[in-house]
Amino acid sequence: MTGMNLAVGASEQRGIIEAHDVVLSFGETPALRGASVSAAAGEILAVMGPSGSGKSTLLYCLAGILVPASGEIWYDGRRVDTMAEPHRSTLRRVRFGFVFQFGQLVPELTAVENVALPLLLGGARRPAALTKARGWLERLGLDGLERRRSGELSGGQAQRVALARALVAEPQILFADEPTGSLDSLTGEHVMNLLVAAAREEGTTVLLVTHEPRVAAYADREVIVRDGRVNALTPDPVAS
Amino acid sequence: MYARLMSVPLTLLGLLEREPSHGYDLKRDYDTYFGRSRPLPFGQVYATLGRLARDGKVVISDVEPGEGPDRKRYVITERGATEVETWLSEPVEPEPHQQTVLFAKVVLALMLDRPAAYYLDTQRAAHLQRMRELTEIKRTGSLVDALLADHALFHLEADLRWIDLTTARLDALAEAIRS
Repeated sequence: MTGMNLAVGASEQRGIIEAHDVVLSFGETPALRGASVSAAAGEILAVMGPSGSGKSTLLYCLAGILVPASGEIWYDGRRVDTMAEPHRSTLRRVRFGFVFQFGQLVPELTAVENVALPLLLGGARRPAALTKARGWLERLGLDGLERRRSGELSGGQAQRVALARALVAEPQILFADEPTGSLDSLTGEHVMNLLVAAAREEGTTVLLVTHEPRVAAYADREVIVRDGRVNALTPDPVAS
Repeated sequence: MYARLMSVPLTLLGLLEREPSHGYDLKRDYDTYFGRSRPLPFGQVYATLGRLARDGKVVISDVEPGEGPDRKRYVITERGATEVETWLSEPVEPEPHQQTVLFAKVVLALMLDRPAAYYLDTQRAAHLQRMRELTEIKRTGSLVDALLADHALFHLEADLRWIDLTTARLDALAEAIRS
């Protein structure tokens, strides 16, 4: 295995989010074999790699969805992997936003209700949450579609709604797992332009899992996951 | 570079089919649409127009008073228009690039027991860096800029797919070369 070793001691944490020597298996199948990665605040980091390399698993570990068997996950000075699930759940709801390949909107809710969902779950009052959600729909060019349900939206529109939902609570970290994987080139490009513009304006750190170089090219930097380990292709500004 | 040399006379002819022009206007339009990163030298414009006139593909319609070659107004002939039509309608020769420098480097690295995977990763990083620059041009430039950047991006992406596939096959390739 070649490339730079990004492993740093936990006490040396300098990125806003970091994984240190993370190991995780699914049954007998190892998914991560000592993966280390770090993203600086406001950075857009592409996590690339072939299918089955462990890149999505690494993302879910960083997001506190999966708990590694060994190694450490740190977010903003806090150890995530040893947190109790209720605390990790709160962290995900309050500090993290998520966009997945297939939007995963709640089909029974309208577009604006989907976007307002994180705010409502966080205890916001409904009128205020819906007003803020409408603002995000407008910002992503979706005004007029507020009352549509996911089945009445095109793939690109649904993904933009998902992006609005991910950003409405002003997360510090946006986790995006193949966010354009189900879209054609032009629509995917539109979604990526909006994602990058919104992240830059909000100062959001983005961890972008993708196997598409054209999508990774929107990031500031990329790492590649192979066989459950991380190689940096470009120097890590946090480590240097 | 060879493809560019081949297409400059035909591109100038195409611009002349749109409307008769002076050499100066042709250069300006060429640079705007086709020569973004490599403008056409004036000398090449006039030399090309001279050859096109010699071959009967353009004629000089009038010469305005003043000094210098840029006062001539060029008009495409029927012969020139036919050549443009033929060029546009024929597909460009696909270029498979089967013997690239990168391919040679990988094979040699394996033969010499050097770190081929590292070389491929270095190339991968260089490709992605260029793709980032082109993506920024797309994000901030005009539609013409975006289309030019897209063309380059798709080619770089094709290279990257080859790099990924070759990286995945390095062990097998090494075995094939050494056997």
